[in-house]
Amino acid sequence: MTGPTKQGVGNFLAKQGILIAFVIFMIGFALANQRFIAMDNIFGVVRSSAILGVMALGVTFVVIGGNLDLSVGSMMSFSTIVVLDLHDKVGPALAIPMMFALTLLLGAFIGFLVGYLKLNSLIVTLGMLSAIHGLTLTWSGGKNMDIADKSGTWFSFFGQDRIMGIPVPILIFALLAVILSMVLSKTPFGRKVYAVGGNGQAATFSGIPRARIVFMTYLVSAFCVATAGLLQASRSLGSQNTVGQGMELEVLAAVILGGASLLGGSGTVFKTVIGVLILGFIQNGLLLVGLDFYVQYMVTWAIIILAVWLDVAAKRGRLWSPIA
Amino acid sequence: MSTQNRKDIIKQGGIWAFIAVELAFFSIAGNYLSVSEKAFMDFDNMLLLLKQSAPIGIIALGMTIIMINGNIDLSVGAIFALSAIMLLDSMTWPFMQALGDWAIPLAWGFALLTGVVLGAINGLIVWKTGVDAFIVTLGSMLGFRGLVFMYNGEQPTSHLNWTLVDFAEAQFLGLHTATWFLLGTALILWILMTRTVHGRNAHAIGNNRDAAVNAGIRVGPHFMWNFMLIGFLAALSAVVFYSESGSVNPNDGMLYELWAITAVVLGGTKLAGGYGSIISTLGGVIAIQLLRKGLGHIGADTQTVNLVIGLILIAVLFLDRQLNRKGQEELKI
Repeated sequence: MTGPTKQGVGNFLAKQGILIAFVIFMIGFALANQRFIAMDNIFGVVRSSAILGVMALGVTFVVIGGNLDLSVGSMMSFSTIVVLDLHDKVGPALAIPMMFALTLLLGAFIGFLVGYLKLNSLIVTLGMLSAIHGLTLTWSGGKNMDIADKSGTWFSFFGQDRIMGIPVPILIFALLAVILSMVLSKTPFGRKVYAVGGNGQAATFSGIPRARIVFMTYLVSAFCVATAGLLQASRSLGSQNTVGQGMELEVLAAVILGGASLLGGSGTVFKTVIGVLILGFIQNGLLLVGLDFYVQYMVTWAIIILAVWLDVAAKRGRLWSPIA
Repeated sequence: MSTQNRKDIIKQGGIWAFIAVELAFFSIAGNYLSVSEKAFMDFDNMLLLLKQSAPIGIIALGMTIIMINGNIDLSVGAIFALSAIMLLDSMTWPFMQALGDWAIPLAWGFALLTGVVLGAINGLIVWKTGVDAFIVTLGSMLGFRGLVFMYNGEQPTSHLNWTLVDFAEAQFLGLHTATWFLLGTALILWILMTRTVHGRNAHAIGNNRDAAVNAGIRVGPHFMWNFMLIGFLAALSAVVFYSESGSVNPNDGMLYELWAITAVVLGGTKLAGGYGSIISTLGGVIAIQLLRKGLGHIGADTQTVNLVIGLILIAVLFLDRQLNRKGQEELKI
């Protein structure tokens, strides 16, 4: 009877490993430094993770659908620059929907290429990373973008205000996470995303419109990117053209850390949120313990590989790879 | 057989045809739009173009092998930066300074060794854990970059050695030192991939890993060797570039992995592995550099370059797919 139990424990560890690691980390850091679990510190960490987190929510959909999105970083720069520029030209009430529309248009273009034309998503989004960066620079003329009247606008609400003591970015992140989690786990669309990512051919044979589902995942991703751009713009009220540069890989790291397989078909929104929080709290915890800021990169490296390794090892039933 | 040959010619010739079109376009457009007096096809300009292609080019050549083998390496930019720091910093160590100019080959050795070791770490992890190379190198991209920053914080690492600068700026038979390194690397890797057992095995593994295993090819060591090779090449690229410039910022080399992959894909290497050509990658590298220089020549801003390269990459992918599909249909008939 020990066999099945052991297997059960192993399965539980493999499935919830990331959550367990997270708890152990939190306890460890909390023991090392009391300030780590102070409420304002926790708020601070979650708030600064919110932008990355919102983007990771969207990329989770794309990755579960079996594709990649490397363009989110430069797309976030685009939406930040656009909304800041339009803010002074047409006012915030019009600027925000216009920015969302333009970002969704970019998402639709990528979705069309990957979904309907069936082009390789890695290369398409790599190309779009470069192309959208060019678009951003063309829009801004290469200059930094600033809001003229920084104190007299309600635009700063999204990035800086609090509702009942909770920072608005955290609320937006949480709200979006709950909604997208429901969409992914409780709606037919969510089921279809898993089906398409898990086995595209089988999905097609069961009558699921694969192209349209992939297209939709990129729209979700673009919507999240636009939200992240809004948070970023509202928080700083001014921005460089390269604000989101390199974030695509950090976002992907968070999603992978959450346990989504790059092959598609697995992962959840909740786990991605955990992945994002782990990255944020590790960074914060290492700083509070007094380590060099850059040590977090090394730790992130080790954690990503360990997390994926354990996942893969649990699936194949042995620790070391069978590669000869 | 003939269809296959024709397909290969179209695929391999495509990039060179594209380069010819670029040359023609920028020469003609340059006559009307250029701000400079010189013609675009100026000989010195072309020599400079080859020299400027070298840093990304050397990395892209290595990336071709990694991708033929069915892997990918996102950490090359960080390896590039760390090797560069090793090169410049090691020359300031006391015992190295005592050696005089003999410190130069030793510093090169240290830098290249750094690259090989970092590559070996990647290769070993991919081999032993069985985690996808994309994830492993994504992680080590962060980790190696962390090492770069831990070395010297946000400060640039600088050291100028005039003997070294003279060497890097020298021209032999008209070509710059960097160009010789690029062409030499291309030649050696071309021989490696087309004339040796290792090259044939790398193709086989990328094409069908299970079949390769069944044929008795040891997959793991090949991964390991190839990752060590690209680590070495990323370091070589750093050595060639920083011998001349003498100062490295901790952010240097960022996004190099993406540029290198772009060049490789433009050259027609298959993402899934099993097919690719060193010479075509060289074409891809030159095509990108031509585009940058050409657009600059006719007065376009840098932002246009990004836009155009991104769209061309997507167009190439689309064309490649159409071409492949057409070829398959012909085979069926």
